[in-house]
Amino acid sequence: MTSDNLVYFIALPLFSAALLMLLGRKADKWGHLFATAVSASTFVIGVMEFLAMRDRAEESRAVTQKLFTWISVGDFNVDAGLLLDQLSIAFVLLITGVGTLIHVYSIAYMSEDRDRRRFFSYLNLFIAAMLLLVLGDSYLNLYVGWEGVGLASYLLIGFWNQKPEYATAAKKAFVANRVGDFGLSIAVMIAFANFGAVSFVGIEEKVGGASETALTAMGLMLLLAATGKSAQFPLQAWLGDAMAGPTPVSALIHAATMVTAGVYLITRSNFVFDNAPNAQLAVVIIGAITLLFGAIIGTAKDDIKKALAASTMSQIGYMIMATGFGPAGYAFAIMHLLTHGFFKAGMFLGAGSVMHGMNDEVNMRRYGGLAKFMPITAITFGLGYLAIIGVPPFAGFYSKDKIIETAFNAGGAQGIIFGSTALLGAIITAFYMTRVMMMTFFGNKRWADDAHPHESPFLMWAPMAVLAVGSVTSGYLLYNGKAIVNWLAPVVDPHHHEHTELLPPIVVSALAVGAVLIGVGIALAKYRGELAANAPQDVSVFTRVARRDLLQDDANEFLFMRPGQKLTEVLVKTDDKVIDGVVRGVAASTLGSARGMRKLQTGYVRNYALLILLGALAALVAILVVTL
Amino acid sequence: MTFQAPSLEYGALAPMLVIFGAAVIAVIVEAFISAKHRSAIQLAIALGAVVLSFAQVLNLRGTATATAATNSVVVDGPVLFMQGTILVLAFFAFLLLADTDAFAAQASAIPGSSEERVALQTGKIQTEIYPLTLFAVGGMMLFPAANDLITLFVALEVLSLPLYLMAGLSRRRRLLSQEAALKYFLLGAYSSAFFLFGAAFLYGYAGDVSLSSIGAAVNGGGTNEAFLLIGMISLSVGLLFKVGAAPFHAWTPDVYQGAPTPVTAFMAAATKVAAFGAMLRIFYVALGGAVWTWKPLITAVAILTMVVGSVIAIAQRDVKRMLAYSSIAHAGFLLTGVLALSQEGLESALFYLATYGFSTLGAFALVTLVRDSSGEVTDLNRWVGLAKRSPGVALLFATFLLSFAGIPLTAGFIGKFTIFTAAYDSGNIAVVVAGVLSSAIAAFFYIRVIVMMFFTDAQDDTVTVTIPSLYTNLTIWIAAIATIVLGVFPAPLLDAIASLAVFVR
Repeated sequence: MTSDNLVYFIALPLFSAALLMLLGRKADKWGHLFATAVSASTFVIGVMEFLAMRDRAEESRAVTQKLFTWISVGDFNVDAGLLLDQLSIAFVLLITGVGTLIHVYSIAYMSEDRDRRRFFSYLNLFIAAMLLLVLGDSYLNLYVGWEGVGLASYLLIGFWNQKPEYATAAKKAFVANRVGDFGLSIAVMIAFANFGAVSFVGIEEKVGGASETALTAMGLMLLLAATGKSAQFPLQAWLGDAMAGPTPVSALIHAATMVTAGVYLITRSNFVFDNAPNAQLAVVIIGAITLLFGAIIGTAKDDIKKALAASTMSQIGYMIMATGFGPAGYAFAIMHLLTHGFFKAGMFLGAGSVMHGMNDEVNMRRYGGLAKFMPITAITFGLGYLAIIGVPPFAGFYSKDKIIETAFNAGGAQGIIFGSTALLGAIITAFYMTRVMMMTFFGNKRWADDAHPHESPFLMWAPMAVLAVGSVTSGYLLYNGKAIVNWLAPVVDPHHHEHTELLPPIVVSALAVGAVLIGVGIALAKYRGELAANAPQDVSVFTRVARRDLLQDDANEFLFMRPGQKLTEVLVKTDDKVIDGVVRGVAASTLGSARGMRKLQTGYVRNYALLILLGALAALVAILVVTL
Repeated sequence: MTFQAPSLEYGALAPMLVIFGAAVIAVIVEAFISAKHRSAIQLAIALGAVVLSFAQVLNLRGTATATAATNSVVVDGPVLFMQGTILVLAFFAFLLLADTDAFAAQASAIPGSSEERVALQTGKIQTEIYPLTLFAVGGMMLFPAANDLITLFVALEVLSLPLYLMAGLSRRRRLLSQEAALKYFLLGAYSSAFFLFGAAFLYGYAGDVSLSSIGAAVNGGGTNEAFLLIGMISLSVGLLFKVGAAPFHAWTPDVYQGAPTPVTAFMAAATKVAAFGAMLRIFYVALGGAVWTWKPLITAVAILTMVVGSVIAIAQRDVKRMLAYSSIAHAGFLLTGVLALSQEGLESALFYLATYGFSTLGAFALVTLVRDSSGEVTDLNRWVGLAKRSPGVALLFATFLLSFAGIPLTAGFIGKFTIFTAAYDSGNIAVVVAGVLSSAIAAFFYIRVIVMMFFTDAQDDTVTVTIPSLYTNLTIWIAAIATIVLGVFPAPLLDAIASLAVFVR
């Protein structure tokens, strides 16, 4: 089916972004309201499309729209086209829904900032790019959106770029993403070389004829792209620093939507991964490593936003791992992605609300006992907390439980290893989230002297409340009657695989709940009493390592930066001595001949005329000699 | 003796008639309207004529190709495309010319004389530039459409004579300007002699001046091979002179440097379209049968032109001279399209001409903006660090340079790519290799200028960038947008050319 409406998803926010940027200060008075209205209208269109889609028969649910012929070179044709199917509508609703809530929240949060209009313009730009990412019907169109969200993310992380370290954080995110984007571009090239097509449909048709090597290579490159955008090991280091951006940005881009683009990419490319088991295994391993990695970092962070960022990394690790299990896991990855979108965005907004009341303090060691002073924040944050650690019947329980179950069901040693990893991750998650909860809202007051905590205004807590409702209900709604599984089946699992069961579901659920209890128990035991306002320094080496983000920056420095610098030095020397020598020689001789030839340019007409005559005679003689 | 009036197909000739008619009216306006109103009226006439003529071209687009004026003019797809291109370029060139500051108030006044000062102070500024340009445009439109050697020669002179005068009209550095005009005139006359000489020999060979008859004679195996060879070479010299191909290029830098910059822009962009149009027709229609004779010659000229243009450009210290050598190098690249002697070659050459025309117009228009108290600053050393003071100007200039260099996402890349592909497909590997190598050399000096503008600190504060008039601004921006758009979405124009470009034989 085709539709003419899809283009509005991208055109509206893009227009709004451009308008606010072009009008400049003139739009200061109403820019934020306009941007919010535009974001809300994309959400409305999304809901309409969803309802219409639901009413159609399963096989005709996907709609497409061709915008224009983008590239047409010989046999190679790429249309700029959009595709809205069961998978992309889920993302559209998440992006526009959560996006709109965060627009509303930002109206109040950014009200003191004189560049609020610019901020909203960037937010709209992000919405447009993210929607293009999930609506593009080919890897090339997706790539445009992929770069677009990267740009928006860069602009928003560095929004307060008057602080050099914030600008540096933006740059770091940019560089890490560049490595991933490189992977995506190679994947597109592999696709084109092997299939002669870059559209999802085109590749899916021809995937049967491709060699497994090619598919594995493409899968690994897609995985590299995913690790960059979704802050997965080994390209995870940028996410913590990205918290330099305003908190609504952290909620929208670095928790709910953009960082999940890697999950989308892998799910969308299911036809590649399903035929490349080795690439799938790599996906699972990367996911498993990251989910532990993020969780461990989360236990040691005192900065509330960085703790939540580490948690985001870890939760996306769960999703990535789930996608690696193939058709059995895609639906649960997406389900966790959606529930995570609610509770993590809600908690980030909660963190923003706390900061708002505490003079932008982010150190949890300076919080404590805030539940009494900001009850709404505490309750909405608390509901998100219950959701993320996986307490039934909150949202995270259903989605995480299913991922753990899928991991165990992978079979053999793999099933046991990855299942246990996921369980271990659940214990640590429960631990560090309880720690965040305790340090922020309970315990003794450790405030700075000038802190006067107060509840945030309505425009801020209303979105938090809506997201909290989602944190409570979304899991059950998506899980009930296998709603999400059946909904996505035509996209990700067209052949309806049957899965083996290692452990009965009820046992897995019991294990998961047990893991939560263990984690919460340890945390309560540790953080129940009085806490010091300064982080203790006499801690074990493990804590120190965890505080340093498990040495991720040191590793990058040791593995890439230092050798890179050394290599650069050597190259500069070689360049100077060897290459430049040759080049200078060539340049000098070229310049010499240029100067020589320039002598012909005397400025005298008689010389020019002679040159013409000689040229003509030479031509004549040459031709006559050759021909006659 | 009875005299038969020639039949004139006014419809097919309409685009040219509009321009020539407007030129005549402009001469009358120059004589009778007071100086105060003249320049506005002249500009209106010129722009109106160009637009009207362009409408005629569009109007003719759908009709079947036809010969007109007793077979001396042919109106076919390529001609219409080139006429359209020339008109669009002329439109923007007129906008540049409207900046009368560049021109001498009274060309007849002796440089530096009191007469000249008085003329400037009292605003008695002559605007003969408009009718002159209109005549040149008319000649340029006729040149590629000419179907016999006589019309060809008439068109050549109609387009050249005004240009000789226009080159001498610069308000500043008038001696240099007048020297350029005189040089251009002498050498132009000299090359016209070659052209006529060649025409006479070809007539001797074929017994007819029409291109199709010559083509038929060549294919049928004429009587006197030597006449054909001498005629062909002499005729080529005349044409190669006009496009500025080595070794007939020596006038180009001197004239480009001396002429008022708006005139240089027009000359560089539009003359090249017209001259290559005529050259394509002559080689494809009249001399296509003798390709094995002229191909080695033109190949050698093409290679020499690319190398000379690219290499000497490196040693230039003056931005207008640098652009002049760049235009020489581009003439070489265009010759590779002529050499291909295929449908592809024709199409790619037409595309290249259009893109090159826009970038050239924009680049020279930008040169008019960079000034100090005594006028334009063309010394490249004083462009150093321009980006710090005027990032916009530097960025736009960089865009045009990147297009000249053929960097992807600019029109120049698509142009080079298609033209080299056509040359390669025709089996002419040598010229492609030379083309790619000289492109690399050329890229060096384009990028050197960009580096100078952006990454070197300025030492000279006297250089300013004038706020461009609306007209100049419009030209620059349209040229820049065209350069980028044709680089990113070349398909529509390429398709349009493909649907048009078949020569009538």
